[in-house]
Amino acid sequence: MQNHPVYTDNDPQSELSTLNLGPTHPATHGVFQNVLQLDGERIVSGVSTIGYIHRAFEKIAEHRPFYQITPLTDRLNYCSSPINNMGWHMTVEKLLGIQTPKRVDYLRVIIMELARISDHIICNGVLGVDTGAFTGFLYMMEHRESIYEIYEEICGSRLTTNIGRIGGFERNFNTIAFAKLRAFLKNFPVTLKEFESLFNRNRIFVDRTKDVAAVTAETALSYSWTGPLLRAAGVDYDVRAMNPYSSYEDFDFEVPVGTNGDVYSRFLVRNEEMWQSLRIIEQALVKLEKEPTDIFHADVPEFYLPPKEEVYNNMEALIYHFKIVMGEIPTPNTEVYHSVEGANGELGFYLVNDGGRSPYRLHFRRPSFINYQMYAPMSRGMLLSDAIINMSSLNVIAGELDA
Amino acid sequence: MAQIPNEELLKRISEKFDQQVTVVGEPYGLLTVETGREQIIDLLTFLKTDPALKFIFLTDITGVHYPEQEKPIGVIYHLHSLTTNTRIRIKVFLADGDVHIPTATVLWDGANWMERETYDLFGVLFDGHPDLRRILNVDDMTAFPMRKEFPLEDPNRVDKKDYFFGR
Repeated sequence: MQNHPVYTDNDPQSELSTLNLGPTHPATHGVFQNVLQLDGERIVSGVSTIGYIHRAFEKIAEHRPFYQITPLTDRLNYCSSPINNMGWHMTVEKLLGIQTPKRVDYLRVIIMELARISDHIICNGVLGVDTGAFTGFLYMMEHRESIYEIYEEICGSRLTTNIGRIGGFERNFNTIAFAKLRAFLKNFPVTLKEFESLFNRNRIFVDRTKDVAAVTAETALSYSWTGPLLRAAGVDYDVRAMNPYSSYEDFDFEVPVGTNGDVYSRFLVRNEEMWQSLRIIEQALVKLEKEPTDIFHADVPEFYLPPKEEVYNNMEALIYHFKIVMGEIPTPNTEVYHSVEGANGELGFYLVNDGGRSPYRLHFRRPSFINYQMYAPMSRGMLLSDAIINMSSLNVIAGELDA
Repeated sequence: MAQIPNEELLKRISEKFDQQVTVVGEPYGLLTVETGREQIIDLLTFLKTDPALKFIFLTDITGVHYPEQEKPIGVIYHLHSLTTNTRIRIKVFLADGDVHIPTATVLWDGANWMERETYDLFGVLFDGHPDLRRILNVDDMTAFPMRKEFPLEDPNRVDKKDYFFGR
């Protein structure tokens, strides 16, 4: 605590009050501590302290085979865990030189876009709650639930999914999953439209968010911001468009770019991204019809962890299962950086491999960690209530912040 | 603008820095160069401000520890040129006991927390950093946990030795 700035002015008339915003506070949506010096309701200075749920994922990853790192990546951004999963498995595939079939790529695109929608649902819904409008959150939450039901149909779990495998998926998508997906595509746009008409021109909402926490493109770039925050500031950088992975180059979508860089344009950018995600999923479903329906992983038995039924009934599968789990299969001695567009921005995996059973060094480039460092500097001069809204528009996820 | 080929990028760097920058390789197409800590800020400034390169975006700063090397602590920079969509990786290796390197916060504000994280996990001292203290771990911690001499597993445990698995 000795590092926190101490206010030295002795004049009792101008005495500042210290406010501990967090570590647990209903408005912070997670474990974040900000020690703020307040002059009335205006923030004079602030210091962020993070690390409250630091779980040393990078260290744990050095002691685990590639597959056992999947649950760690799930717990980075737990609002959109499939993106983290897929990003990790794509990194390993890049390392091992595995080419995935087109159908796997399209299924991955569907899952990743669903995850992005569910993350934006939370973020924009909660932004509504913080400005005092609970309705939008409640309406949108129903559809996050239906996304979770789609996950459940595919892999059996809802929040931390473990949905990916090296080379593809653990199992194929069944017909119920597709039916639920189509139902979601039918129902969600209606709600999203209602949500937009509820907020986009709402006098109270616009007054609370417009020109609040506005960031210029230069500042955003200097702070290495990515994702909707950077795009709201007017920089057209989306990993999906710039470095396409998982056949994003086959899809026709736009990268929404804001102008102001304030909370309102972040909200609009996220809303528009949800529309674009829906558009991508629709296209992916059309493309899937042309692909054989039974392929859901690359034909790489030495790296693809076989499904349990096969392990019990097939000798080859059992041998490969054992070899993969025990880390017996040699991997190249090199390093790789791969990044995907997470819901919050560029989610990068820097993997240094030495040919052993686990990575020599694994570093997650976590967008929340990098986005959040500007929170305290940019809060200076802001009203406390604006700082709260600013935090929900940054969409910082504690799991990703601390890793 | 189209992506800058690695040969051209390398040519431009070696025109300016000649022998001070060595190429480590280009794994998966990402040009990787190594330099010393004396040149690192000059190199980063050149890459950021050169009108043809414009590596304006600092993607990441992190560390790697190779205990058996003469200079065991590595600091890894990933830069990204958003105009040409080119990436580059820069490595600087530091001797143990002399882990000083100038800070990149003079070029990017975002380097602040990345360097704090690298300090926290590897003990790299970034000279000139405005606020170099631990970020993820507690302030009174004495070890730098990502270094290889701090094992995750209990070292007295024998049932996980590679020997038992024929490795």
